Amino acid sequence: MNVSNAPTLPDVAWRQKHLLDVDVLSLAEIQLVMRTTDAMKEVLARPISKVPALRGTNVTILFYEASTRTRVSFEVAAKNLSADVVNIAASSSSVTKGESLVDTIRTVEALGADMIVMRHGTSGAPYLAAEVFAGSILNGGDGWHAHPSQALLDLYTMRAHLGDVRGKKVVILGDVLHSRVARSNVWSLTAAGADLWICGPTTILRGFDAWARRWAGGGAPGHAGFTVTSDVDAALRDADVVMALRLQRERMDAGLLPSLREYAARFGLTRERLAIAKPTALVMHPGPMNEGVEIAPDVAVLDRSVITEQVTNGVAVRMALLYLLAGGHPEAVTNA
Amino acid sequence: MDGRQIMTADEIRRAIIRISHELVEKQAGTEGLVLVGIQRRGVPLAHRIAVAVHEHEGVTLPVGALDITFYRDDLSLIAQQPVVKGTQLPVDLNGRTVVLVDDVLYTGRTIRAAMDALVDFGRPRAIRLAVLVDRGHRELPIRADHVGKNVPTSSDEVVAVTLVEIDGEDAVRIERVDAPARTA
Repeated sequence: MNVSNAPTLPDVAWRQKHLLDVDVLSLAEIQLVMRTTDAMKEVLARPISKVPALRGTNVTILFYEASTRTRVSFEVAAKNLSADVVNIAASSSSVTKGESLVDTIRTVEALGADMIVMRHGTSGAPYLAAEVFAGSILNGGDGWHAHPSQALLDLYTMRAHLGDVRGKKVVILGDVLHSRVARSNVWSLTAAGADLWICGPTTILRGFDAWARRWAGGGAPGHAGFTVTSDVDAALRDADVVMALRLQRERMDAGLLPSLREYAARFGLTRERLAIAKPTALVMHPGPMNEGVEIAPDVAVLDRSVITEQVTNGVAVRMALLYLLAGGHPEAVTNA
Repeated sequence: MDGRQIMTADEIRRAIIRISHELVEKQAGTEGLVLVGIQRRGVPLAHRIAVAVHEHEGVTLPVGALDITFYRDDLSLIAQQPVVKGTQLPVDLNGRTVVLVDDVLYTGRTIRAAMDALVDFGRPRAIRLAVLVDRGHRELPIRADHVGKNVPTSSDEVVAVTLVEIDGEDAVRIERVDAPARTA
């Protein structure tokens, strides 16, 4: 052993085997993800943006729901780390023949998967997968529940522009009830100390509020502000960040909204409405956008709109997550 | 800190000055030279060599930092993923003579990883290696072009280099393997 050439281990232990949601991450772990993402951004800027860190690791991407950016983002991230990537779309697999989730996970494991990136329409499905899979599960979105990599890339993008988000006013505007993005963002943003405002129609907030009270203690105890309101003007006033959420039309059967036009008129992010926020306020959207509904087309392309930057940062954040989760062999030692 | 001291601050300073002269002599000048320190203690050493070259040649060599974490061959053996400290290379490496700088040369695996990392940035004309301490026990066919001090060691010893920039003092010590390992 040669101390000076031995790897520097983090001061904070990365304790996670899986990434199912951000609620279990400590602030120190979130900061480690952010620092590792910085290094991945540097890799992405290289002439050859590929490093051999995950050579020989099989990353299987198992998506039960439609997705472009998250699936491709994870695939690009895994390939940039030299992992072997297997893509399974549930619509063209044995799932259509009635194979259960547990059987599918066991099959994928038998085929050599070391890590599974998984998206599923049912909240909690990745937790079940994690119980049977020997490797690591990364939740790429489950039902209304969680989308941890999105929340971390959102936080990374905010930090890139604002520095520390502590005390900064961040507004999440729109259909928070059906949004796994909103739920995961509640954990990471309150942990990072942001002044978080959740805003949407009362019919939608009713359900979300119940979740927040039950799970986030009604106001993320011990953290900065956490406000739930249907008053758009109050929410946007002097905001540092405004994140519009996609109106999930496919999940709106319950008649929570009278019409898209009314929603756009009352809650759509327009230039006029954005003028209430700080002049420098960042405009964010996790995508895909319904332009003209939750966000006006001219707002989406403003200079301070960082929507495409969110996509780019998504690759770096997912590289960081894959890298961190690939570690963790407690019995092993270094030979450096 | 305990352990047997094998280099003092003055000896480290003289070794750096000697290496800076050797570099220039071997290259017959400073044309196309770039110093690349391996994270972490290779980086301040590379800067010190650049300062020494500037003092006797009046030329400022570009200095970079190279993080080899992603290129380690033991990533799957380490209990926890190492912290990535970042790579900054100030110039295009194509056609340059890159001098890798590290504190201790031991198994050679770090240097193998560093060479793999470097060639992903371009095609240097040549890669050379300067180290403060060569302690032997190579596991790969790698040797240093410039060595501050050759130190015979046994494999149950640890060579601990401390530098002012990182550790607050300049010294090289040999410690027994059961001494508490530094993780910073």
